[in-house]
Amino acid sequence: MGSEGNDSSERQKLRLPEIKFTRLFINGEFVDAVSGKTFETIDPRTGEALASVAEGDKEDVDLAVKAAREAFDHGRWPRMSGSERRKIMMKFADLIDRHVEELASLDCADAGKLFTHTKFLEIPQCAENIRYFAGAADKIHGETLKMSRELQGYTLREPIGVVGHIIPWNFPSTMFFFKVSPALAAGCTMVVKPAEQSPLSALYYAHLAKEAGVPDGVLNVITGFGPTAGAALSSHMDVDKISFTGSTEVGRLVMEAAAKSNLKVVSLELGGKSPLMVFDDADVDTAVELAQIAAFYNKGEICVAGSRVYVQEGIYDEFVRKSAEKAKSWKIGDPFDPQVNQGPQVDKKQFEKILSYIDLGKREGATLLTGGKPCGDKGLYIEPTIFTDVKEEMTIAKDEIFGPVMSLMKFKTIEEVIERANQTRYGLAAGIVTTDLNIANRVSRSVRAGTIWINCYMAFDRDCPFGGFKMSGFGKDIGMAGLDKYLLCKSVVTPIYNSPWL
Amino acid sequence: MGSETKGMLEIQKDKMTEIKFTKLFINGEFVDAVSRKTFETTEPRTGEVLASVAEGDKEDIDLAVKAAREAFDHGKWPRLPGSERGRIMRRLADLIDEHAEELAALESMDAGRLFTLGKIIDIPACSRNLRYFAGAADKIHGLTLKMSRELQGHTLKEPIGVVGHIIPWNFPSTMFFLKVSPALAAGCTMVVKPAEQAPLTALFYAHLAKQAGIPDGVLNVVNGFGSTAGAALASHMDVDKISFTGSTEVGRLVMEASAKSNLKPVTLEMGGKSPLIIFDDADVNVATELARMAVFYNKGEICVAGSRVFVQEGIYDEFVRVSLEKAKSWKVGDPFDPTVNQGPQVDKVQFDRVLSYVEHGKREGATLLTGGKPCGEKGFYIEPTIFADVKDDMIIAREEIFGPVMSLMKFKTVEEAIERANKTRYGLAAGIVTKDLNTANRVSRSVRAGTVWINCYFAFDADAPFGGYKMSGFGKDAGMAALDGYLNTKAVITPIFDSPWL
Repeated sequence: MGSEGNDSSERQKLRLPEIKFTRLFINGEFVDAVSGKTFETIDPRTGEALASVAEGDKEDVDLAVKAAREAFDHGRWPRMSGSERRKIMMKFADLIDRHVEELASLDCADAGKLFTHTKFLEIPQCAENIRYFAGAADKIHGETLKMSRELQGYTLREPIGVVGHIIPWNFPSTMFFFKVSPALAAGCTMVVKPAEQSPLSALYYAHLAKEAGVPDGVLNVITGFGPTAGAALSSHMDVDKISFTGSTEVGRLVMEAAAKSNLKVVSLELGGKSPLMVFDDADVDTAVELAQIAAFYNKGEICVAGSRVYVQEGIYDEFVRKSAEKAKSWKIGDPFDPQVNQGPQVDKKQFEKILSYIDLGKREGATLLTGGKPCGDKGLYIEPTIFTDVKEEMTIAKDEIFGPVMSLMKFKTIEEVIERANQTRYGLAAGIVTTDLNIANRVSRSVRAGTIWINCYMAFDRDCPFGGFKMSGFGKDIGMAGLDKYLLCKSVVTPIYNSPWL
Repeated sequence: MGSETKGMLEIQKDKMTEIKFTKLFINGEFVDAVSRKTFETTEPRTGEVLASVAEGDKEDIDLAVKAAREAFDHGKWPRLPGSERGRIMRRLADLIDEHAEELAALESMDAGRLFTLGKIIDIPACSRNLRYFAGAADKIHGLTLKMSRELQGHTLKEPIGVVGHIIPWNFPSTMFFLKVSPALAAGCTMVVKPAEQAPLTALFYAHLAKQAGIPDGVLNVVNGFGSTAGAALASHMDVDKISFTGSTEVGRLVMEASAKSNLKPVTLEMGGKSPLIIFDDADVNVATELARMAVFYNKGEICVAGSRVFVQEGIYDEFVRVSLEKAKSWKVGDPFDPTVNQGPQVDKVQFDRVLSYVEHGKREGATLLTGGKPCGEKGFYIEPTIFADVKDDMIIAREEIFGPVMSLMKFKTVEEAIERANKTRYGLAAGIVTKDLNTANRVSRSVRAGTVWINCYFAFDADAPFGGYKMSGFGKDAGMAALDGYLNTKAVITPIFDSPWL
């Protein structure tokens, strides 16, 4: 990259994306909040305000739900064939590809995500995600049944209605499409409440959706805060379903709100404390690489972070040594710099929370192998941090830290690691590093988690259903299973006469 | 059927009256409640005490969950092949068939259900339901996935763990097996909390389950009250799933309790105000027969009761005339009498409630065509009741009465019928009576309900998934879909090398 590179990194330091959309998107129009209020979204590279965004509250949610209800009950969207919805969704995907650079820079400046990664990987994957579900829209099947007497029975899978999506700030684009794509394919209409930490790309997507031909009222976006806009959506008497990804504590509130209002169906994708188990037969370099990604990718702000790394005693010392080395080559810096591996934490609150966990780790007696301190004096950067001699009862081994903090633990036997891996209320994901067939099969079946990665980590794929066990939640995103949340199954039964078979 | 028959009935009943099981069933043993408390279950034919049953509370639920947890985490049941579980379940089904008469008598005495119908239809349907799921236990399939890069992915469907079943009093046996059969087939272990109004048959089934070879701890039964035992189960931190059938108000509490405890997934099957829509081309005799069944069957104590009967104007007057005749020949009396069509309401609370709804109907201006009064001076018998000139906003047209009260309403066009049928927060079932193909298709797709019966009603089947839309709940009982409620889907992903195809 040379001197040209130096120039561009200077320019990158000042790089502020042009922010075109800052208002609520309701019924096909960008509008101010009814109250006229706005809030600031912060740039985590500097800690300063990036933009002023409309602050939606209950009245705005009411308007959005009203528009979505009209669009569902009387509008074209659910009445179109699956292939017609496909056509519009494919156009939406194309528009995303066309605007990828602008979108990537939004997520980068708004949520501290790595620009290069977001531009070449994450957002193109979002477009592919829409294409996947676009292709599924005309393949939504029910069943004909095998009745035990002279009856004909079949099931119809119908769009559930008006959906509320409450999405988090760690993957603003990915999360948006995890929820929106299957819901659109199913023929539902929706209101999206993006996280207040990262509201910008959602509004841009709403604009592109309209351009693609998604009818007014089908996709609405209300930016705002959880206790106001999010709560209003969860308690709304005219929303048929809530799909939530976020923290466990807010997940509880969403489920409670649903129970107290209209008993709307709820799906939750919550936190995790996922174990990565490395066996003696593993190639240490590969395993160390995987562990680094598992714990530090996206600055640790990922629900499936492999934050508990169990290494079998045979390779433990070598693993620790190599992990410390590898951590040194993990570059922290401005997310617009293509050489950087890790950007800033999303906001001050998260930043401070992670540092307090690191402090707790030290106080509770874990050994700090590397890192543990903030990086630089501006912005919210934290060094990649590794603790060893971590015990299961320590807070850093139990709580979800959501930052670049790895807990390294040694184990002897396969029974021991299975037991320890399962000793958590979470159950989102797990990783296994071994080439032994029997170990792979036994451990993958024994660990109680929704996704098991063998010799890989964070290997998401559109056709692969994703969702947790236990207190990591219930319901699946992506895969054909991702559609189920947005469909209702109706049984239709009629007597038949003179059928030549039953 | 004179006095001689009546005498024989009494003798028959006495022979079967011996109530053998009244204690809690935990870990394969019948035990007293920790507190040693008991409660009385009354006989709705007389209003008198039938038996004293152990009253389980939090400590008993804790013991039962502990037994179920041990049986799941370390016991045989989930580790048996599906065919082995199937074999044991079929043995239980055989034992049920063997004791059908005793079980039907218990249910008649405890819940006022018709003895003859119970013996030849309901109890055999329970054993058939068990056999259906016994045959499904070895056919629980996941998927191999179509990944978008060099990865192999598949899903495993694993038993979810320890399940809590909270069942109602209207169909004690049917409800027991609707929940227990798929959960057993899936390899789960469970704690059943039967309704306090009808606790006896569940205990008998527990005894038969042990006899059939279901291992200790797999199936536990804790009798008691909703606010104590039921609440303890719904809030338990070590229960992985709650399956609930009952009232909407208690459904809310169950969902809330789950949100506040360990976020266990919940399925709810709650109330209904199901419309039966009868078109001009219907045969009036058939239609009035169906309507009578839809509203008065099981004394109206059925969630799918077709309590709103919409009749197209062309046949309305004749329909009313024939309905009145049919109501007069509907016999109310002792459920042990094989000529009786309707037994007593389950208890005084329900009895009083239904009568108060009749008062509401009269006060709000509906026309009482027949019935409306208690029947006899002993027990909880109510005459089959028909109101005409019911308006959609009247209480009797909006609220679930859960008694033998029909609301008759006239309609003009198919659009009107659809709109009025959908004007309810419920969505459990609906009936359509017509011979016209297009009417049948249009209306079945337009009515928002989980089960639509065309030219039939209550046509349940083991292979037909059953569960509501909107505030009638979510999740399915019966059919292969019912298994999903007791299974967790786990995705397993591994990189592959040199695969000749993707």
